[in-house]
Amino acid sequence: MKAVYFAWVRERVGTPEEEIAPPAAVVTVADLIAWLTARGENYAYAFENARTIRAALDRKHVKHDAPIAGVREIAFFPPMTGG
Amino acid sequence: MIAPTIRIQREDFDAAAEQRALTAARRDVGALVSFIGLCRDEGGRLAALELEHYPGMAEDEVARVAAEACARWPLSGLTIIHRYGKIAPGANIVLVVAASSHRRAAFEAADFLMDYLKTRAPFWKKEHLISGDAAGWVEAKAEDDAAADRWRR
Repeated sequence: MKAVYFAWVRERVGTPEEEIAPPAAVVTVADLIAWLTARGENYAYAFENARTIRAALDRKHVKHDAPIAGVREIAFFPPMTGG
Repeated sequence: MIAPTIRIQREDFDAAAEQRALTAARRDVGALVSFIGLCRDEGGRLAALELEHYPGMAEDEVARVAAEACARWPLSGLTIIHRYGKIAPGANIVLVVAASSHRRAAFEAADFLMDYLKTRAPFWKKEHLISGDAAGWVEAKAEDDAAADRWRR
């Protein structure tokens, strides 16, 4: 699946997007955050306050308990500040 | 139900032209409420705002919020424009124009739309300062969530 990052999450991870292939044990958004966090310091920094990070699956807002099976694009970003 | 006009664009917009478009050749519109969000200079500190957005989702999410407003209030027209990219103090950021037969629906729909755009539309503001200090991301405010929550029912 494709992972995309925005705002300071993007800056901390160090890339706007990447292909990821999490193992089958990664079932939910929260699992994926934990899996990414273990991949490196940049991810650990981006997700250090995991509860504040927002996620979208195929461009729809979801909570961290949402399952990621079958999803093409997952996005992580800080709380929005538009308007 | 009406089809809202939604644009996510780098370019500036002409609020007067957008308002005219919602009332031209119509005789049923009794109220038009327009909200324009502008870039303020934060007491002279700010050189520019940089608005990042999530292309694709920004359009989708604004459309979902607009559909909610159309389902909730009897609108005869609705236009939402949100800019991205670098925006200088004094320049436009966002436009909501809601038209209806009566004023309350137009006022409430515009208010609801701005509260929901702030908390749900995937845009992020970065402040570039005149001092040249490192640019910083604007933090989301708890009162914006509280403002959106008051529309829950």
